[in-house]
Amino acid sequence: MIEFRNVTKILSGTKVLNNLSFKIEKGETFVIIGRSGTGKTVTLKHIAGLLEPDNGQILVDGEQMNGISKSQRDRLREKIGFVFQSGALINWMTVEENIALPLLEHKLYPPDEIKRIVEEKMDLLQLTSARDKMPAEISGGMKKRASLARVLVRNPQIILYDEPTSGLDPVMSSLINTIINQLKKDYTITQVVVTHDMDSAYAVGDRIAMLYDGKIIQCDEPDGIRNTDNPIVRQFISGSLKGPIDVL
Amino acid sequence: MVEKIKHTVINFISDIGTNTLNIIAMMGYCMLLFLEVVYYSKAAFEKRREILKQMYYAGVKTFIVVSIVALFTGMILALQTGLELKPYQQQALVGNIIIATLTREMAPFVTSIILIAAVGSTMAAEIGTMTVSEEIDALEMMAISPVKFLVMPRVVALAIMLPIATIYTNLLGSIGGGIVAYFQLDVSFDVYYTHVLGSLHFKATYVGLLKAFVFGMMVSTISCANGLRATNGALGVGKATRNSVVSSFLMVLIVGYYITALFYGK
Repeated sequence: MIEFRNVTKILSGTKVLNNLSFKIEKGETFVIIGRSGTGKTVTLKHIAGLLEPDNGQILVDGEQMNGISKSQRDRLREKIGFVFQSGALINWMTVEENIALPLLEHKLYPPDEIKRIVEEKMDLLQLTSARDKMPAEISGGMKKRASLARVLVRNPQIILYDEPTSGLDPVMSSLINTIINQLKKDYTITQVVVTHDMDSAYAVGDRIAMLYDGKIIQCDEPDGIRNTDNPIVRQFISGSLKGPIDVL
Repeated sequence: MVEKIKHTVINFISDIGTNTLNIIAMMGYCMLLFLEVVYYSKAAFEKRREILKQMYYAGVKTFIVVSIVALFTGMILALQTGLELKPYQQQALVGNIIIATLTREMAPFVTSIILIAAVGSTMAAEIGTMTVSEEIDALEMMAISPVKFLVMPRVVALAIMLPIATIYTNLLGSIGGGIVAYFQLDVSFDVYYTHVLGSLHFKATYVGLLKAFVFGMMVSTISCANGLRATNGALGVGKATRNSVVSSFLMVLIVGYYITALFYGK
C-alpha cells in the first residue's frame, strides 16, 4: 500500500532521511518510533506529499507520490487522511464546521447527507457535546478526535497519525488506541502511527519500526521489539540514559 | 585581527547576497500567488460570505481610525498650505490644493498605510499562525486550496474596500480642510467648496482610485504570502508580520510613484 524506495531528505543541511526504504501492507497498522527530531514526522509528510524527497521514490497504492503535479497529488490525497499532532483544526470554525469542511468544500453530498455523515462521525468519536465549541475551547484529546472525525468523513484508505497520544492523559490515550484498533477492525484502513509512546505503539502496532539516523534500524512485531537484542532499540524502549544513544 | 576583519566582511557580503536572493524569491512567490488568486477569483461568488466577512474587517473595523486620519490629514494640509497663502490673500485656493492632493496622492496613500497596519498585518499574522500550526497542511491534505479558501477572499475584499475607503478619505479630508479654512483662514464654506469642486478632476479621481485598487490587491497578496511562508513558530509569525508591513509600505510607495508617472509623467 505504501512503499519508500531509497528516500533521502536533507533539511537545513542535515540528512534527516538517509536512503530510507520500507513497505507497508494494506490494512496494516505500522508504527514508527524514534527519538524527537529523527524524521518520523518528515516520513509521514513524505507519504502525504507535503514534502518532496531529494532522492528516491514514494509509492502510495502503487502510484508515485513524489514529483507529480498538484492535481495528481490532490487525487492521491483523496485516499489519505492526516491526523496532525496539534489537531490542526481551523481555529475560527466550530468543531462541527471543521468536521464538515472537506465535504462542504468539495460539495461531495447534498447538505442533509453531509449533516448525517458528520453526526455519525461525531457519535463515533464522542464529540456530540462539543459540536458548537471552537477549537480553543476544547481539550487536546477532543482536538485529536475532532481531527480524526474530519479525516473519517472522507472515508480514506490510509490514515497517518502524528503523535496521536502525546500530551494526553492515560485514559484518553487508551481511548485513542481503541479507536485506532476499531478502525482497523471495522474498515481495514492502512494506518501509519508516529509516536514515542511505547504503550501506544504496542497497543496498536502490527509492526513497529525504529527510525534512527535517518534509517530504520529494526522493524518487527511488537513482541520482537519488546525482546530486541539491538542495543539502540533496547535503550530507546527502556528510556535508559546509558547506552549507545547519545543523550545530549 | 586581519582574519577577523576578513571574516566579518565575507559574512556581511554573504548576508547581503542571502537577503537579496530572499527578496527576489519572495517577489516571485508573490507574483505566482497573485496569478493563482486571479485563477481562483472565478470562485468569488461561491466564497461571497468569506469575502463579505473580510470586507467587514477591512472596512467597518477600521472605520474610526480611517475617519480620524482622513479628517486630520485634510486639516493639516489646509492649515499648512493656507498659512503660506494667507499673506498673499490667496487662502481661498486651499480648496483646490486640498482636493488635488487628496485625490491624486494622499487619500490612496494614507488609506493604504492605515490598512497595511490594521488589516495587512492581521492577515499575515492570522495566516502565519495557521501555517505554523499545520492548519494550511491540513487544508492541503483535504485537497482544499489555501489560496482559494484563504487568500482569494482577502485579496478581493481589500481590492474592493481600499477604493471605497479612499473615496471616504477624500470626502472626510475635504471636510477637515473646510473646517480649518472656515475657522482659521476666514474662507467661507461656499467659497471653499466652489474651489474644491472646481479642482475635482475626473482623471485625478480615477487615477487615485486605480492606485487604491492596485494597493489593495498588492497589500493583501504580500501579507498573505508572508503568512504562508512563515516558519519557526511564534517567532516566525512575528517576522512574517513585520516583513509584510515593511514590504507592503515600500511597494505602496514605489508602485504609487510608477502609477503617477504613467498617468502624469512625460
